[in-house]
Formats: sequence, C-alpha cells, structure tokens
Amino acid sequence: MSELKTTTVEVRLPTRLGYEKVAMSTASAVAKLMGFPEDRIEDLKTAVAEACINAIEHGNRLNEKLSVGVVLRAEPDALEVKVIDDGTGIGKKPAKPDIDRKMHGEEDPRGMGMFLIQALVDEAEWVSGLDGKSSYVRLLIKLDKDAE
Amino acid sequence: MQSETKSRVDQLTTPAGHAVTILRFEGDIASTSKEAVLGAYQSLPKETTKIVLLDFTGVDYINSSGIALVIQLLIEAANTGQKVYCFGLSPHFTKVFTMVGITKYAGLFPTQTEALAAL
Repeated sequence: MSELKTTTVEVRLPTRLGYEKVAMSTASAVAKLMGFPEDRIEDLKTAVAEACINAIEHGNRLNEKLSVGVVLRAEPDALEVKVIDDGTGIGKKPAKPDIDRKMHGEEDPRGMGMFLIQALVDEAEWVSGLDGKSSYVRLLIKLDKDAE
Repeated sequence: MQSETKSRVDQLTTPAGHAVTILRFEGDIASTSKEAVLGAYQSLPKETTKIVLLDFTGVDYINSSGIALVIQLLIEAANTGQKVYCFGLSPHFTKVFTMVGITKYAGLFPTQTEALAAL
C-alpha cells in the first residue's frame, strides 16, 4: 500500500446496535493498510463505533428499515470516515461530559459519544442533510498527527 | 452481534489483610450489558462488601453505553461507601477511562497483582 492513491471503501450497516463493530473492523483494516500505528487505530475504532451508534440510535432512531452508510476514504496522509444516517442531524452539540455532575445525579451517565469522537480524532464535524435527512459525521485522522 | 457480557464474582484478601470482591467481566461491555455489570454488582451483599475490584482483562470492546454502566455502578458504590478500583484495561481503554474522568472515582491498576498490592 505504499504510494497510496485515494481509495474509497464503503460499508452499509443495518440499523441494529452491535453492527458498529463491522464498521470498526473495516476502519481498522484500512488504517492498518495505510500504516497507522496501533494506538491510533484503537482511537479510530472507538470514534467510528461511537459515530455508528449515534447514527443507529439517534439518526435512524433504531428504525430497522433504514441503514447506516460508512464511507472510508484513504488519502496519502489521512483517513476520512463519513457515517451517514437518515436523521436530521444534531441541533446543538451536547456540553462536555462532567464526571462530577454525573456522579451527583445532575447529568445523565450516558452522553459521552460525541465527546469521545472529538477527543480521539484530528477533525470531527457534524453536517445536517439539506433535505432534512442524509446527515453525516465526518471524521479525519491523520497519518502523521503532528504534521501540519 | 455483540459478544455477550459474562461476569463472575471472586473473593480475595489483599496482602494487607483487606477483604476484596472482584467482579470479573468477559465479552463486550455495551448497552446490553446492564445485567452483567449492574445486576452482578447489585447482587453483592452491601453490609460486607467494602472494596470492589472490576476486572476488565477479558473485555475487548467497551462503548460509551458500557462506560455509562460503569459510572452508574460507581454512583451506587459511592452511595454505599464502597471503594471501587479497576484493573486489566487495555492501554486504549485506560486512556478513555481517564479522558471521561472515571479515574477521579475509581483507581486504575494494570493488573490484579498490582491492585491487591496497593490496597
């Protein structure tokens, strides 16, 4: 995979919790071929899993008639992942989770997915579909994290 | 699709003589793991359980819903005055647990031996 040109891999997942692991495995395989180190692959796997879980639970609202699209675009210096659902996108980003508030019952123990995604990849953006659906999250993870 | 979460309970004594209860998890820890995580914890006798160790050695995948279950366990333990520690997390999930702040309420150790030696 040296002298890698842009390569695209697409996966379509059923709207069913657990199938995010298929996207994780695919992203991991592509990242390995691109030469990502093991720790970055683990970061990518968690970010992709959380993006797919959000698409399944919130975007497609667990509607099994819908599917989740995962498009991985391997570029020479980075891997871009788009996770596409049939939701309307997020209204506003939730606040950063606060463990003290969670422990004191002032905040739902859940709600950490978007925080983990943002913390684990180099770029993350949430885009609402123009037609009120086909919203997506776009993740970017760079091969050389420090190169700018 | 998710690997079923299994849990079992062991009772041990630390080198310093403290009784500890170890909850050992296997499989994935996700939204479907409530019974294996919280159910197993809630079945422990509250009067005699003072120190709980969570063993993640056999766990490959933890998602944010699984982390939320661990936080719920920590809330219940805090409310009953129990101390909770974790061991056996991969370097990646050690980082994730640290990022979400779990380390503020549960000490992390690489192995069971290191956890028992420190308690």
